[in-house]
Amino acid sequence: MKILVCISKTPDTTAKIAFTEGNTKLDENGIQWIINPYDEWYSLVRAIELKEKDPATTIHLVTVGNAEVEPIIRKALALGGDEAIRINVQSNDSFVVASQIAEVAKKGAYDLIFTGKETIDYNSASIGSMIAALLDLPFVSLANHFTIEGNTATIKREIEGGEETNEVILPVVVSCQKGMAEQRIPNMRGIMAARTKPLHVQEPIACNESTQVLDFELPPAKQGVKLVATDQMDELVRLLKEEAKVI
Amino acid sequence: MVLVYIDHEDQQIKTSSLEAMSYGAAVAKLLGVSAEALVLGTTQASIKDLGKQGATKVHHIAVDSLNMLDVKVNSTVIAHAATQLNASVVLFAHNINGKALAPAVAIKLKAGFVSGASSLPEIENGFKVTKTVFSGKAFAKINIATPIKVIAINQNCYGLHPIENVAEVVAMQSNIPAPSIKVTEVEKVKGELPLTEANIVVSGGRGLKGPENWGILLDLAKELGAATACSRPVSDSDWRPHHEHVGQTGLQIAPNLYIAIGISGAIQHLAGVNRSKTIVVINKDPEAPFFKAADYGIVGDAFEVVPALTAAIKKSRQSE
Ligand SMILES: Cc1cc2nc3c(=O)[nH]c(=O)nc-3n(C[C@H](O)[C@H](O)[C@H](O)COP(=O)(O)OP(=O)(O)OC[C@H]3O[C@@H](n4cnc5c(N)ncnc54)[C@H](O)[C@@H]3O)c2cc1C
Repeated sequence: MKILVCISKTPDTTAKIAFTEGNTKLDENGIQWIINPYDEWYSLVRAIELKEKDPATTIHLVTVGNAEVEPIIRKALALGGDEAIRINVQSNDSFVVASQIAEVAKKGAYDLIFTGKETIDYNSASIGSMIAALLDLPFVSLANHFTIEGNTATIKREIEGGEETNEVILPVVVSCQKGMAEQRIPNMRGIMAARTKPLHVQEPIACNESTQVLDFELPPAKQGVKLVATDQMDELVRLLKEEAKVI
Repeated sequence: MVLVYIDHEDQQIKTSSLEAMSYGAAVAKLLGVSAEALVLGTTQASIKDLGKQGATKVHHIAVDSLNMLDVKVNSTVIAHAATQLNASVVLFAHNINGKALAPAVAIKLKAGFVSGASSLPEIENGFKVTKTVFSGKAFAKINIATPIKVIAINQNCYGLHPIENVAEVVAMQSNIPAPSIKVTEVEKVKGELPLTEANIVVSGGRGLKGPENWGILLDLAKELGAATACSRPVSDSDWRPHHEHVGQTGLQIAPNLYIAIGISGAIQHLAGVNRSKTIVVINKDPEAPFFKAADYGIVGDAFEVVPALTAAIKKSRQSE
């Protein structure tokens, strides 16, 4: 079996977000970069578990970005995966990113393509669904459980207020979330091995951006908290009713 | 024409889709075109009532199998309908189904796509939409450069704007492709309000000390007709089910009222809830960071404050 795992680089979850150059660029000062948590904790680790069960499995990681993403892809390789592909283009447009990955996927004839449920920077939750549409493959979103038997995957996915089980014949694109696997910490052997694993750099296919980020803005600061004493719950109810008008 | 994809479940149209319709009507007005709805599958919901949110027509492809989410099939059907109806903007609610379908529809229509939109578009010199980024820590303004646009709008960012109007329901035919997935089981927590659709959310953290203490929170939620949520360590310790976990790595929600009980307000937690209209924080530590993000705060012991709040709400209901 061949698995393609999509990896994205995002700011650490504790990062304080600020912008520069007239609010057109993220201020990268002091920002720690990490593997997008959904890509790392869920899709990559589940792929590694599948390989542990069936050693004939090959795992390829793919990322779209300039050379600055290489430390992140090496970090991912330290957890597992056989080789990585970096497509040498930087874009915030999901159509461009998905098109590049779909091209890699087409050539590699993968049985399984995993993405995280979304990235924690652009939160578009779009790459998996777009890759599937570009390749005309089935897509299952928000998977929290995944098993495989022959050429059939059994996938549990989140629905509003519950869970649904889907059966799909491979190949399939799956977006992964909590429940798929447990976070792992890379060990020394993994970190050493990652240094020598192949990292192929490919040039992008021609593809026009369909959207452009113009600028950013921080949410308006809260007015300041109004404190209510513990024996004043009637007053809190009044404020929620008459001032905030939310109950 | 602006076409709004309508999600329904349990014989009801989802509130998030009603909101998307209302948003769609406003976009249509900006563009000087009509706002129409697209309903897939069968439902007993009164779909002509989408008129109240501004739809002039409701196109209905009444095929049972479309009630199930098969992204490959349903996105193909939606894209065909959009092409047939000559839609220039196709809208979705940014809910579970919308997140899965909208990107695929965008690909099929060769449309630029923005998800998590939080404002009406600006249509001078382009087509600019503001969306939430960095899990709610910021907004980005995006220009969509393609003739057709696909947008998924955040829940509870625009609201409902009902008018007196009944839409015309038009039956629509469609070629339905062969299914690509088989649904073998559906498990639903009965009678529970889905978190993302709730107007009021009551949420608990590690400050409640253990699952056996959740009674006071559930009583408050019941009194308010609220859904319940929790912080990540709470679901990680299995005090509460995983689907209640909100935050940067859980659900991002934007109810009208979020009541946080015994939650410190870590940056990752705030990312999932800071778009709530009003935030009430109950915490015994006056230095808890959550107070900085709150509208109303009570510094005190949750085990005393929460039952007192529930009683006060009950009392105010009785005197109404
Ligand atoms: C990569 C990453 C991702 C994360 N993602 C998320 C996420 O998505 N969502 C999330 O929630 N967290 C997330 N976290 C964890 C986050 O950093 C915090 O650790 C977590 O939110 C703390 O949960 P808590 O507020 O329930 O517990 P604590 O931080 O332990 O806070 C408990 C609070 O309860 C108060 N308290 C105690 N007793 C009482 C009482 N009797 N009455 C009233 N108040 C009381 C205390 O004063 C304290 O403020 C993430 C962390 C990392 C590293």
